[in-house]
Amino acid sequence: MSESKEVEMVLPISYPSPGAMGKTGIWRVFKPVIDLSKCIKCWQCWLYCPEDTVVMEGDHPKIDYEYCKGCGVCKEVCRAGAISMIREGG
Amino acid sequence: MGEWKLINANQAAAHAARLARAAVIPAYPITPQTTVVETIEEFIHEGIMDAEYIRVESEHSAMAAAIGASASGVRTFTATSSQGLLYMGEVVFWAAGSRLPIGMVIVDRAVGPPWNIHTDHQDAMSQRDSGWIQMFVSSAQEALDSVITMYKVAENPEVLLPFMVCIDAFILSHTYMPVNVPDQAEVDSFLPTYRPPHWMLDPDLPVDMGNLVMPMEDYMEMRWSIHTSMEKAKELLNQISREFAERFGRDHGGLVKAVDLEDADVAIVSLGTLSSEAEYALKRIDTAKTGLLKVRMFRPFPREEIIKLLKDKDVVVVLDRSISFGHSGPLAMEVRSALYGIDEAPKVVNFIVGLGGRDVTYKDIVSMVNFAIKVPEDEVFPCYWYGLKDRIRSLRLKGVI
Repeated sequence: MSESKEVEMVLPISYPSPGAMGKTGIWRVFKPVIDLSKCIKCWQCWLYCPEDTVVMEGDHPKIDYEYCKGCGVCKEVCRAGAISMIREGG
Repeated sequence: MGEWKLINANQAAAHAARLARAAVIPAYPITPQTTVVETIEEFIHEGIMDAEYIRVESEHSAMAAAIGASASGVRTFTATSSQGLLYMGEVVFWAAGSRLPIGMVIVDRAVGPPWNIHTDHQDAMSQRDSGWIQMFVSSAQEALDSVITMYKVAENPEVLLPFMVCIDAFILSHTYMPVNVPDQAEVDSFLPTYRPPHWMLDPDLPVDMGNLVMPMEDYMEMRWSIHTSMEKAKELLNQISREFAERFGRDHGGLVKAVDLEDADVAIVSLGTLSSEAEYALKRIDTAKTGLLKVRMFRPFPREEIIKLLKDKDVVVVLDRSISFGHSGPLAMEVRSALYGIDEAPKVVNFIVGLGGRDVTYKDIVSMVNFAIKVPEDEVFPCYWYGLKDRIRSLRLKGVI
């Protein structure tokens, strides 16, 4: 910026951070629930989750329900059929 | 210095992109712009220009690619016309909103229907409020020099906005004129390498551009920021144009160029090649002392210069090569609004001329000035269509002469 500053740059730029759009878990209608007894630890759910809400906890996947929007992609890609979608508040 | 070549304005614009070392050229052809990007392709093929040439599938994609390239931190150039600019329209706004100093040549061509490839400013006018800096030129030399000058203005840390250099179709784009093509070293010492001071795409620091905002977030502040940078660009263009003139020995003016205006009673105001025709007409007007104010920069609008140079005139004749349907010519609107509220403001008479490339000669300009002088002082908002066919003129309708 030059010395006689008359301009303030306000940019349409943001830096990615968890929860930048708030607690998106409240958008959820169906909740993915993992049956760990069926889980084969293939990590497809972790790989495919578009919102990065499947996390690794020890040796098994865990869903972060604060941000999971309930899209169901994890259920579709689960090779073991270990994930079921349960209606919220049901 | 430099080398004299016999080239047209499209080739001159291509030389400017080469000399500015534009590193990415997304290209999509449209008459009469095509030879701009064709000439650049030849330069790359000959090995005298080092740039990534992307053959995109549309003008919309051309600007999208330009946004991506500019956001990665390199100087970017493209060109289009008419329908191509309209199709590009959505991303034209995104380029400005993202604060990316992309350079684009618009070879001004009429908008259809019916199809018409000849000159008319309606294409550029349709993007007036996009946040792009808009410059109109009246020679091939001015086209070359303006592209180089405008990169320096646009990339200033207080501006960071894209720019259009608008060239009249055929009258400039396909007319061969002697042009001094500067040496690379001369241009390099005037125009430094582009280093984005505000933001860029960087895999080590991921950014999100244009994410959703709510009304209480910064949307309105971003609009204000674009507006203040536009105002700043006015001051910088005058300053950088003077610097260009000192270094290269060619002075095209800054925001405006005045010819014989100081002691004139009548002023002609126009954009692009209508100005060079008007300059030729000046010596042939014997009814009043007449000068010319060529408006080079249309956005941001040079209202301070307009007020300073026109407030004491008796009559201001504004020639518009486009029409804002249902009101008047876009340039006349701006000139009128700048002069509003000034004591004994001049009478502003607007002429709509030369649409779709219809020829406007110096004789036409002389008769428009003579007509304008006789328009009664109390006539509200005088706006006349000049040059319509006799079939229409014979109907003796309001606003047709």
